[in-house]
Amino acid sequence: MGEAIAFYTIAAFVLGFAVMVVSTKDTVHSVLFLVLDFLAVAALYVLLGAEFLAAIQVLVYAGGIVVLYLFVVMLVNLKGFPEENRDPHRRTKLGLGLAAAVVVELGAILAYDYARPVPQLADAAIPVVGNTEEVGWLLYTSYLIPFEIASMLLLVAMIGAIVLAKREL
Amino acid sequence: MIDLFIIPLLKIAIVLNATLVGVTYMVLLERKVIAWAQSRLGPMRVGPHGILQPVADALKLMIKEDITPVRVDRWVFTAAPIISMVPALIVYAVIPFGPEVTLFGRQVTLYITDINVGLLYVVSVASVGVYGIILAGYASNSKYPLLASLRASAQLISYEVAVTLTLVSVILVAGTLSMVGIVRAQEEAGVWFAFIQPLAFGIFFIGGLAETNRAPFDLPEAEQELTGGFHTEYSGMRFALFFLAEYANVIVVSSVATTLFLGGWLRPFPSVDALAFLDIVPSWTWFLLKSFVFLYVFVWIRATLPRYRYDQLMRLGWKVLIPLAIVNLVVTGFIRLMVL
Amino acid sequence: MTETRAGAVTPAVHHGAMFDTNELVLNMGPQHPSTHGVLRVVLRLDGEKVVDADVVIGYLHRGIEKLSENRNWTQIILLTDRMDYVAAATNNVGYCETVEKLLSIEVPRRARYVRTILCELQRIASHCLWLGTHAMDIGAMTVFLYAFRERELILDLFEEFCGARLTYNSMRIGGLPLDIPSGWDRKVLEFCRIMDSKILEYEELLTHNRIWLERTKGIGVIDGPEAVAIGLSGPALRGSGVPRDVRKDEPYAAYDELEFDVPIGAVGDTYDRYLVRMEEFRQSLRLIRQATEGLPEGPIVGKVPRLIKPPAGETYHAIESPKGELGYFIVSDGKSTNPYRFRVRPPSFCNLQGLPRLVRGHLVADVVALIGSLDIVLGEVDR
Repeated sequence: MGEAIAFYTIAAFVLGFAVMVVSTKDTVHSVLFLVLDFLAVAALYVLLGAEFLAAIQVLVYAGGIVVLYLFVVMLVNLKGFPEENRDPHRRTKLGLGLAAAVVVELGAILAYDYARPVPQLADAAIPVVGNTEEVGWLLYTSYLIPFEIASMLLLVAMIGAIVLAKREL
Repeated sequence: MIDLFIIPLLKIAIVLNATLVGVTYMVLLERKVIAWAQSRLGPMRVGPHGILQPVADALKLMIKEDITPVRVDRWVFTAAPIISMVPALIVYAVIPFGPEVTLFGRQVTLYITDINVGLLYVVSVASVGVYGIILAGYASNSKYPLLASLRASAQLISYEVAVTLTLVSVILVAGTLSMVGIVRAQEEAGVWFAFIQPLAFGIFFIGGLAETNRAPFDLPEAEQELTGGFHTEYSGMRFALFFLAEYANVIVVSSVATTLFLGGWLRPFPSVDALAFLDIVPSWTWFLLKSFVFLYVFVWIRATLPRYRYDQLMRLGWKVLIPLAIVNLVVTGFIRLMVL
Repeated sequence: MTETRAGAVTPAVHHGAMFDTNELVLNMGPQHPSTHGVLRVVLRLDGEKVVDADVVIGYLHRGIEKLSENRNWTQIILLTDRMDYVAAATNNVGYCETVEKLLSIEVPRRARYVRTILCELQRIASHCLWLGTHAMDIGAMTVFLYAFRERELILDLFEEFCGARLTYNSMRIGGLPLDIPSGWDRKVLEFCRIMDSKILEYEELLTHNRIWLERTKGIGVIDGPEAVAIGLSGPALRGSGVPRDVRKDEPYAAYDELEFDVPIGAVGDTYDRYLVRMEEFRQSLRLIRQATEGLPEGPIVGKVPRLIKPPAGETYHAIESPKGELGYFIVSDGKSTNPYRFRVRPPSFCNLQGLPRLVRGHLVADVVALIGSLDIVLGEVDR
C-alpha cells in the first residue's frame, strides 16, 4: 500500500519533470529539469530494490553526463540572456498527430499483453544477495560481450573527442 | 514506533547540528593553525582566544544586505549555494561513528543508517555537488565567473575519476560496499586499510584535496588570480553557504578517509589484546580524533605549499593519479584473486 | 592587431583549424592584488595563452623630476626617498654620490663604510619584500609572513639610526647626517646571525619544493644577449648569465675594499632569478659583516661648502640598487642652487620593458609570477 503511494508520487514527478524538460523556454532550465528527472528515476530504482542501479544512475547520468550537457549549453548561451524565440520550423499539428499514433500503439500493446500474458522468468540460478552482486554476476558472465563492446564504443568516442578538440596534433 | 521514527530523527538532528557547528569551527581552526604557522596568533579578540569568532562571522554574514545582481537567473542564483551545501550534509547519513552501543537500555547504532551500497552513495552524492559550482558561475551572468566555474568543475570531475578508482580498490579488499561493513572488515583483518592499500590512501588524500578545491589545488578560487572565481557575484549569506560548503566537503573527505583507511571507530591496533586498555576511549572519540588529524593536515598543507597552475593540476590528475589508481586496482585485484 | 591609442588593443580573429577563435582582451589592474602597486597590464589572450601584453604605467607619477628643479640640492634627497620606497637608502646614496661626483667632494672612509652597510641592509630588506610577495603570488602564503618578520628587524635598525622606517632621508651630500648610535654595530652583527638561519628556512620551504619548481622553472626564459638588448639590469640580468654588477664593474662607496661574489644564473628563467636573489642575501650578509667589523674611525661627513652650487656641467652616476642599475643624470647650470635637470634611470622602469617579451606564450597564471620575478616598484617606474 505504502509502496503504491510512493510509486505513483515518484512517477508523477518523473513525468512532470520530463514535460518541463521539453516545454521550458530556457535551455539551461531544461537541462536542470533533466537532472531532477534522473534523480526521480533513481528513486524509482530504489523502490524496485535495485539500489546499485540507483546509485549508478545518480553517479553516471545525473553527476556525469548531464554535467557535460550543461557545459555545452552554458557555453553556447554565453552571449547573453536567452531570448524567447519561436522555432519557425515547428509543426505543432504533425507532432500532435504523431503523439496520438503513439498513444494508440501503446494501448494496442497493453491490450495484447492483457489478453496473452507473458510467462514469468525463472529466478537466477546463482544464489546471490543484493543488487550489486546480481548485476555483477550477470554483467561479467552472460553479458560479457556487450559489456566489452560498450567499452570499445566509449574509447572510440573519447579518441574522437580528443581529435576534434585538439588544434595541432 | 520509537525505533522507526524517533531515534533516526534524533540521530539526524544530532549529526546535522554537530556537522554545522563543526563546519563553522573549522573556519576558526584554519585561521588559528595558519596563523601559528606564520608566527602570529590569529583571531584573539572575540571571546577568550577567539573562540567566539565563528559566531561573530556567522552573525555578520547573516545580517549583510542581500545583493542580487540584475538580470541573473533568480532561481538558479539562489539554488546554487544550496546545491553546493546539501550533498556535503547528506553524506553523513551513511558515515558510521561507532558500532552498536547501549544507551538508556536500548541498543542504538552510532550511525544514521547502513545501506548496502553506502560507499557508492557517498560517491554519487559527491558528484551531484559539482552542480552548485557550475550553476553559480552560470547564474552570475558574467563572463569571468562562468569560465572560472567551468574550470573548477572540470577539475572536480577529473579528480573524481581518480578517487573513485581508489575506492574500488578498497571495495575489493573489504568485499563490501557498505561503510559499516568496511570498518568491520578492517576489524577482522586486524589492521587498518591504510597499511594494506597505502597507494590508494595517498591517491585518495591528494584527490580529496583537489575535489574540495583546497591548496595546492585552489587556483580556481585564488584571489591572486583574475577574479574571485565562481562566487564573485555572491555576498552575504549566499557566499557564506559556499564558504561553509567547502569546509563541509573537507570534513566529509576527512570522515570518509577515516572510515575507509584509518579503521573508522576502531582503536589503533584493534587485534593486539595488549592494548585493550585503549578501549576506555569510546569508539566515536577515536573516529573524531582521526578525522581531526586529517583536518589538521589539510590546513597544514594550505599553510605550507604554493599552488599549482591549472594545466599542471589537470596533468597531475589525468597523467599521474589515474594511471596509478588503475595500476593499484589491477594489482589489488590480482592479489585478491591469487592469494585470498 | 591594430592599436588605436596607448593601451587599447583590438583583438584579431583567427580563422583556422576547425573553429574560429577570437582573442580575448583581459585587463589586469591597476587595482589588482598581485600587480605590486598601481600597474595596469592589458593582456591579449588566445584561450589561456598570452599572445601579447601591453603595460600601462603612470598611475603613481608624482612629478619628482620636475619638482627637483625647484628644490635645492639637499632638499632633493627627501624626494629621492619616495622613488623606490622599498629600498630608500640606496636612492639616497645614488643621488648623493652623483652630486659628490659633480662637486668633486671626497667622502671620508667611515662614511663610505656606513653607506655600504646601510645599502646592503636595504638590499636584504628589499629582497625580503620581493620574496614574500613573489611567493605569495604563487600561493605560498607563509613565506610572506616570515620574510616580513625579518624585514621588521631591519626596519628597527634603521629606525634606531635615523628615526624613520620607510623614507629615511639618511644621507647628505658629502656623508651622513649623523653618526651611528653606540651599540648599533653590535645589533647589526646580531641581525646577521639571525638572518643566516632564516635564509635556510626560506630555502627549505621553496628551493627544492616540487610545486615551486614547476611554477618557476622554464617560465619567462630570456637569454643573455637579448636581456642586454632590452635593457634589463640587476638580478633580472644576472639570472640570464650576464655578469654585470655595478658594485664590481664601477665600484662606489666602500665596495672596492670589500670582498664579495656576484651570483649568476644559467638559463634565465624565473627559478634562476630566484636563486640569484637568494644568494644575494648571503653575499649581502658577508659584506655587512666585513664592513661592520672593519669600520674605520673618522669623520662622518666630508668638506662640503655651506652653499651647494656646483659649477655648470652634467654627470651621470650609477649604483647597484636591489632592483638593478639605478642611475642619476644631473645637469647644473652653475648659476642657481637648483639643478637644471634631474633625470633618474630607474631599474624597475627598464626591467618592466621586458615584461611583454617575457610573458609571450605563457599562461595567465604565469604573468603574475613574472611580474614578481622582475621585482618592480611602481614608485620607481612612475616617479
